[in-house]
Amino acid sequence: MKLRKHLLAGLALTFLASAASAETLRWGSPRDIFSLDPYSYGSTSNLAFLNHVYEGLTRYTPEFKVEPALATSWEMVSDKVWRFHLRKGVKFQNGADFTADDVVASMARVSHPTSPLRGNIPAYVSTTKVDDYTVDIAVNSPNPLFLNDMTNIFMFDKDWLVDNKSELPTDVGAKVEGFATYNTNGTGPFKVESRVPDSKTVLVKNDGWWDTPKHNLDRIEFMPITSAATRVAALLSGEIDLTDGAPVQDLERLKSAPDLKVVERTDLRTVHMVFNRHETFADGRENFFNNIKVRQAIDHAIDRQLIFKRVMRGKSHVAGTMVAPEIPGYSAELDVPTTYDPELSKKLLEEAGAVGKEFTLVCMNDESVNEEDVCSALVSMLSRVGLKPTLDIGPRAVQAPKRAGGKSDAYMIGWANEPTLDAYSILVQVLSTREGAAGVANYGGWSYPELDAMVKKAALEMDHDKRLAIETEALKFAKDEVIMIPLHQQPMAWAMSKNVTDVTIRADNKPRHWLTRIGD
Amino acid sequence: MIVFLIKRLANAVLVMLAVALLAFLIFRFAGDPVELMANEQMSQADRIELREKLGLNDPFVTQFGRFVVNAAQGDFGISYRNGQDVMKLIAERFPATMELALVATILSLLIGIPLGVITAIHRGRWYSEGLQFVSIIGVSLPSFVVGILLILVFAVTFGLVPAFGRGDVVQLGWWSTGLLTASGRASLLLPSLALALYQITLVMRLVRAEMMEVLRSDFVKFARARGVPRWRIYFRHALRNCLMPVVTMTAMNFGSLIAFALITETVFQWPGMGMLFIQAVTFLDMPVMAGYLCIVSFIFVTLNTLVDIAYAVIDPRLRDATR
Repeated sequence: MKLRKHLLAGLALTFLASAASAETLRWGSPRDIFSLDPYSYGSTSNLAFLNHVYEGLTRYTPEFKVEPALATSWEMVSDKVWRFHLRKGVKFQNGADFTADDVVASMARVSHPTSPLRGNIPAYVSTTKVDDYTVDIAVNSPNPLFLNDMTNIFMFDKDWLVDNKSELPTDVGAKVEGFATYNTNGTGPFKVESRVPDSKTVLVKNDGWWDTPKHNLDRIEFMPITSAATRVAALLSGEIDLTDGAPVQDLERLKSAPDLKVVERTDLRTVHMVFNRHETFADGRENFFNNIKVRQAIDHAIDRQLIFKRVMRGKSHVAGTMVAPEIPGYSAELDVPTTYDPELSKKLLEEAGAVGKEFTLVCMNDESVNEEDVCSALVSMLSRVGLKPTLDIGPRAVQAPKRAGGKSDAYMIGWANEPTLDAYSILVQVLSTREGAAGVANYGGWSYPELDAMVKKAALEMDHDKRLAIETEALKFAKDEVIMIPLHQQPMAWAMSKNVTDVTIRADNKPRHWLTRIGD
Repeated sequence: MIVFLIKRLANAVLVMLAVALLAFLIFRFAGDPVELMANEQMSQADRIELREKLGLNDPFVTQFGRFVVNAAQGDFGISYRNGQDVMKLIAERFPATMELALVATILSLLIGIPLGVITAIHRGRWYSEGLQFVSIIGVSLPSFVVGILLILVFAVTFGLVPAFGRGDVVQLGWWSTGLLTASGRASLLLPSLALALYQITLVMRLVRAEMMEVLRSDFVKFARARGVPRWRIYFRHALRNCLMPVVTMTAMNFGSLIAFALITETVFQWPGMGMLFIQAVTFLDMPVMAGYLCIVSFIFVTLNTLVDIAYAVIDPRLRDATR
């Protein structure tokens, strides 16, 4: 009897709460944002959140096509200068007009040597104002992917920056805090009403937004809940309406709750096993991975179906190529996983004289989904064909320097092709020879001049289809040479109350609540 | 007495320096913050430059010296992760942790003492043996399990209290308090109970042991013989004689409550110092980690020093022993 009373009281409370806040989205996220300053930290999730407040000259459609945002159109006036025509009548949230001066100030701020986001626009050279609503941006090569990179470069109001002495980015080395770390003034669909780090950040609708809103939200309450179990509890008890990080192990429970729904899919990140390719290992032993037969043997020794079924609980996408199906440059023909053939693998190892060779596989326990189990599985599969791998597992903070320093014999890497969303990203940054801005994540130290040539050709190719054809060809070359062994694209899941509708969930795992509707 | 004070304070300073050194040594092995700060497209030259700018290439002694000098002035630098002043970040979180630890302490006394008295008076009865048994579970269950269980029962099943967060807070100067709003008080209930559980069992067992000792003493027998009412003997005379060690233990354990709060805060998304520290660890945010360690150990050292000095004031023998 008493229990029923409590339940009734609880129900009544929930009804009251939902009646009073009909168009409020309470969003529980696995992590907080770092800062309100989009140029403060090159984090995809931080930028995705701030995209509700700030906008770039270009933006992605939900299908990852570039479309006009603060710029209405653009063209190349010479092979190294882009001309952007700015949208007229756009107002910042403090009432100021958006003009060419704002673009010049924003580009100067984001490309400043102390800006952590500078690396996101590798092609950028300079910006000049043509008139109030036209700017010219000079680049170092005529690469159309510059437009993709510009989707993440958000526009500030120049006068606001000047008035608050924030023309320069926040510099952690100089020990100076920035005004923009705590305050916002964007052009986007929502305004920041208040923010208490690790507790709650409240966004309210920006009535002066230039675009026609598809959402019906008056208010978004963003609440980070780092503990997965607590996040699930908060969803079950109705304290949040939506989470963009539903833990895989709780999906069944969430699905069985009467007023909740779960959306699952695989994301853009492809997880690979990669080899050290220097002449010798860090400890001076001869590097047997330089023999292609050893790499092929390892490729054939991995039972991807078993990993898919047991470790990923049937929720991943088994990969045959190095990019996810959503990434331009992907080809379904290439995406055929290597067959599992331990006999062939043993034969190849014998031919290469690599039977019983020892090496260490460097893994992280906090990077990709179930990485610990994936790595344990790899180690036992490779032991079975006659290699002697040992597992070195630890937190990202400890493992990342080993990987980046080229000290590991073999390691895992996940690549989502963010923020460019094109196979060019993995080709230039991971697969190319390390040189300048190319090959920054080529930790194994390989060099294939044929591949480099293809990547350079793709960078200069202005025709969309021709460029993608070159990229596919380069990915085929990388697969044939077994430079990296793609394993899978990992699962992601969002869970939400049934009255939240039109939530756009794409493979990039980014929230787009300017499209979300609630209660209708 | 003055010599003793100086010695004690010098001791405290030494401990603080040792903590700072240890903290620094740990960070040397924790990894490279630049690899975590850098995004995927950052070039090698930029990474080297960033490392240089953060002063990570300087010799260890230089880095350590710089840190101690700045820390002594309350300057722990700027967070690598979100570019905020570390001292300000910690000051913002301090009230949340403090309120949690204080309420947990009060709960542990309010619940622990009566339970201790009951189990001492009625020892051998099924309910006191039961309480004893339950208290073992209370000590041995990890606090995140306790936290999740509390959330499942009181937030999910009954929907009585919020599962996470601090509710609405009121700003009193620089101190933010949740005690003045209904949602703040409701939010405080579960985390403080989860945090207090260990302390409750400690208090209960301590009071029980002391009570049984005292109940055997002559003055209790005498009081009984005189016909003083039972409750008066138990709660007025006997309990008073038990409280000294309880108060000492509570004061000394306050520091560890703040340290334990780290796990409770993570489970309940309580925006306190522990939460801040956990996140700093995953991002190798060294200024925040160093700042947190120094401030928490400062609280520990201050508490211990005060207790020591208070003892010396009360008991002259201790003063002589250190001479």
